[in-house]
Amino acid sequence: MALDDRKSDFTFIGTRPDRPDGLDKVTGRAKFGADAVAPGMLFGAIVRSPHAHARIVKIDTSKAEAMKGVKAVVTRADFATGLTGEFWNVQENVMAGDTALYDGHAVAAVAANSALDARDAAKLIEIEYEVLPHVTDVDKAMEADAPVIRDGTADGSVPEGMHPNVVRYHESGHGDVAAGFAAADLVIEDSFKTEATHQGYIEPHACLASLGADGKGELWCTTQGHWYAQKHCAALLGIETSQLRVTASEIGGGFGGKTTVFIEPVALALSRKANRPVKMVMSRSEVLRATGPTSSTSMDVKIGMTKDGTITAAEGVFRLQGGAFPGAPMEFTAMCAFAPYALENVRQVGYDVIANRPKQAAYRAPGSPMAAFAVESVIDLLCQQLDLDPVEVRLKNASKKGTKASYGPRFDDIGLVECLEAARDHPHYSAQLEQGQGRGISCGFWFNHGGETSVSLALSEDGTVQVSVGTPDIGGSRASMALMASETLGIPYENIRVTIADTATLGYNDVSHGSRVTYASGLATIKAAQAAIAEMCKRAAAKWGIPEDAVKWEDGCAVPSGPNAGDFEPLAMADITADMGATGGPISGHFEATPEGAGVSFGVHIVDAQVDPETGKTSIPRYTVIQDAGKAIHPAYVEGQFQGGAAQGIGWALNEEYVYGEDGRLQNAVFLDYRIPVASDLPMIDTVIVEVPNPGHPYGVRGVGETGIVPPLAAIANAVSRAAGVRMFELPMSPPRILAALKADG
Amino acid sequence: MNYHSPASFAEASALAANVDGVTRFLAGGTDVLVQLRADIVTPDTLIDIKMIDGVSDIIQNDDGSWTLGVAVTGAEMTEHAGLSQDWPGVVEAMDLVGSTQVQGRATLTGNLCNGSPAADSVPAMVAAGVTVTVTSADGSREVAVEKVPTGPGRTSLAKGELVSAVNIPARGDNAGDAYLRFIPRTEMDIAVVGVAVSLRLDGDIVTEARVCLGAVAPTVLLVQDCADAINGSTLDDAALDALAVAASAACNPITDKRGTVEFRTDVAGVLAKRAAKIAYARANGETVKGDHA
Ligand SMILES: Cc1cc2nc3c(=O)[nH]c(=O)nc-3n(C[C@H](O)[C@H](O)[C@H](O)COP(=O)(O)OP(=O)(O)OC[C@H]3O[C@@H](n4cnc5c(N)ncnc54)[C@H](O)[C@@H]3O)c2cc1C
Repeated sequence: MALDDRKSDFTFIGTRPDRPDGLDKVTGRAKFGADAVAPGMLFGAIVRSPHAHARIVKIDTSKAEAMKGVKAVVTRADFATGLTGEFWNVQENVMAGDTALYDGHAVAAVAANSALDARDAAKLIEIEYEVLPHVTDVDKAMEADAPVIRDGTADGSVPEGMHPNVVRYHESGHGDVAAGFAAADLVIEDSFKTEATHQGYIEPHACLASLGADGKGELWCTTQGHWYAQKHCAALLGIETSQLRVTASEIGGGFGGKTTVFIEPVALALSRKANRPVKMVMSRSEVLRATGPTSSTSMDVKIGMTKDGTITAAEGVFRLQGGAFPGAPMEFTAMCAFAPYALENVRQVGYDVIANRPKQAAYRAPGSPMAAFAVESVIDLLCQQLDLDPVEVRLKNASKKGTKASYGPRFDDIGLVECLEAARDHPHYSAQLEQGQGRGISCGFWFNHGGETSVSLALSEDGTVQVSVGTPDIGGSRASMALMASETLGIPYENIRVTIADTATLGYNDVSHGSRVTYASGLATIKAAQAAIAEMCKRAAAKWGIPEDAVKWEDGCAVPSGPNAGDFEPLAMADITADMGATGGPISGHFEATPEGAGVSFGVHIVDAQVDPETGKTSIPRYTVIQDAGKAIHPAYVEGQFQGGAAQGIGWALNEEYVYGEDGRLQNAVFLDYRIPVASDLPMIDTVIVEVPNPGHPYGVRGVGETGIVPPLAAIANAVSRAAGVRMFELPMSPPRILAALKADG
Repeated sequence: MNYHSPASFAEASALAANVDGVTRFLAGGTDVLVQLRADIVTPDTLIDIKMIDGVSDIIQNDDGSWTLGVAVTGAEMTEHAGLSQDWPGVVEAMDLVGSTQVQGRATLTGNLCNGSPAADSVPAMVAAGVTVTVTSADGSREVAVEKVPTGPGRTSLAKGELVSAVNIPARGDNAGDAYLRFIPRTEMDIAVVGVAVSLRLDGDIVTEARVCLGAVAPTVLLVQDCADAINGSTLDDAALDALAVAASAACNPITDKRGTVEFRTDVAGVLAKRAAKIAYARANGETVKGDHA
């Protein structure tokens, strides 16, 4: 998108005002998914498969239906038929058809007068299963004798001869890797594995659904994208999209995991059958068993380097297991893997593998952190063996403007070199390490995204402004929107109220994902404000009796554009809006587009790890995140994103994992045993915001929500491996795994 | 579900003796209520013992021993200067349980009677030689803590029996105790291995050592070989190594989501050494803050 209105000196942007939703959140006034009530509301509960893989022979709902207080029972028979593509896969996940595909897969649901009644009634639903062989490990799922999970799922991209569990294939790159490896002084090839991790949002999925026999419905839910929810729920229920109005609640975290639907279509189906509103709230165990974790991975990476640290070739094979459904983001893994480096010879291959696990969902930069773990570990090994400085090696090979990216296009303005220089010059990088400590660094890359965006901005008579956006606020975006609107309009931040509008209020908005909100909704807010400014200038021109183009907007006022335009007192916004009803009607601005200049993002992390050699326990005494934000609209929330990425990455690297038993059941479906870091596990995470403006945004914004989780796995693995004196090839680097590696090393 | 709040232990035991189905006593409720909400155990009868006189008292007896009511919370123990001075290992073990919120409710008795092999306060109580008073219709008896748990989720208490007091011996001179647990995080986790050591010094020689391991077998283990390894020593390196070997040898753990057999066995030895050093220093009059290992 060509933009002739790039701005660089700012009044409001770059300040750190309180977030508009802050008071509500600290006082408990904010309404989250589970906070909605409706007259006559019922409570829903889901019956889930205890088997990893089983044919559903028979479902007997009669006892449950006969129970007092029970108003409806639904199974797959209560959903639309004939769906294809992603609608079909989402439906299969939301409610099992012929076969339960993983431990926790929904098989039936019940609505009753109370949550306890619903829970008891769920136990009365009798399901007869024929247990089938299962597989949960990515490598095993590809082996010749692995049970076939959903035959016929594979698309045309898969090379011949592969197991039917391999459902998609990706290959990209350029140059001649064989020649590149031949030119290297040292080639290192290693294999890596990572377990699935969960986004771990604090708020479980929750919704309140109402759907009448007339096909008109209302849905309140915690989601990152209510238009997505609207479209998918309508399809799964067989109703018209526009007849379902969806309102997004306040959201208690999503990180990508709330970009799809789980209980929402079920609650709607129950409501339609009971003719009453139905509320559903997942337990934490349901969240862990049945909502999207990341893919688990198995990866081989080979990199060649000359003695001076130049990478001559790089090659990677990335196998991602994403549950019993296609869609593991293996192409992102492959495409991100080598993106930080300017490579003449590079090749990457990805496999999407299905297994008897829940359908993977996005989790901040889906697929990229695992790739970085493998690639940046091999680079660290090369640095160790060639005795080279890890930052200097990365600087030597760093992608720059004009570099042909490993995944194809040429980079525009990017900030990787600036990030690496900031890392090299940061006091952390040269600080003395203590006994038992090691330091690791890693680069990270994410594409960022634009997406369908629609924003509306309405002026009030008193000169204040209401901005309606369609992207749920998952990271302080209302503050950022208000800052961009106040900068554009020239009025104080406090005069603007930003609301997340429901699906009936705006045109389609893509989900809050892909780090797109500050970029795309921000761009749309700026454009909508500019449209309102144009109209205000028109009103001033009419009042002054001069041509429209003789009026310009300055510091929140309409002013004559120059001496020739005439001599008029500036008209402040409130002066124009006060009588707008009489001067042409209400004034508002709109913007709708699918902006395509998101601007890719790079970051560099520095981390110190301390490993207890007797127990294998790791602590993280120091952590620094450096990342290019393009332009930090609200620096505190940018820093928050950086810190959050590091915090989640520490969990992923050290202790979080999906543990499946021999029976294919998830062993650790509670927060006691699914070990996300607690506050005292984390150091104060230092941040450095690098600003290399994104040419695709009026104020230079790049999304910052995802890149921050790309480097931690690798940076921590490099730090731990150096601290322990033994290389770690598998995540999580839990104490038993580190102790075993130390013992194996002697 | 029926809820009762009797005014005496006699009444509580009579109630428990005369009902069918699943009975739970409600002390802090940090196990009972969590299990109820998670749909793991839904009691038919819930007997709240917090209305009984004296259940929140911490009393030091004339002989220096301590009697704790069955509803005394972890937070109350931690704030009790005299108890913390005498038995820092027991107090710290209880203090490791849960968060600040949980500490305001959770009790030693609940931790013991819940029957988890990983319960933090239990090894510390066993090392300290703590007993509980068990009351029933037939009267009261005193039972050593190590005799209470019989396996995961099970205790030796019969129907109609309940704990009415926790009795901690007099500490006496030149003695110290310590409890350490291994968790992968820094808090809010369950012990993968727990080790408690209590000992007395005669000059610089260890006497009366008691070493107890948690989370490495179906019940806590009071390990005589560990005690033998350090009794009569100055806790020199050879004694510590022997202690570690004895601790590892005593382990009979399982591999599960929380740790492997090998890991638990190794770390039991490591923690035994570390806990013994703290107990030794405390017996020497040093103030040593226990940590989470
Ligand atoms: C968030 C959280 C974190 C936790 N962290 C830890 C931890 O780190 N370490 C740890 O060991 N535990 C932990 N726990 C478990 C729990 O807090 C402890 O076991 C606690 O000590 C239980 O005490 P309570 O008084 O709450 O027991 P309750 O829940 O009231 O009772 C527990 C059991 O004891 C029985 N009981 C209670 N009183 C008597 C009596 N007088 N006579 C006979 N039986 C009785 C009950 O019937 C029940 O079976 C945690 C729990 C939570 C919720």
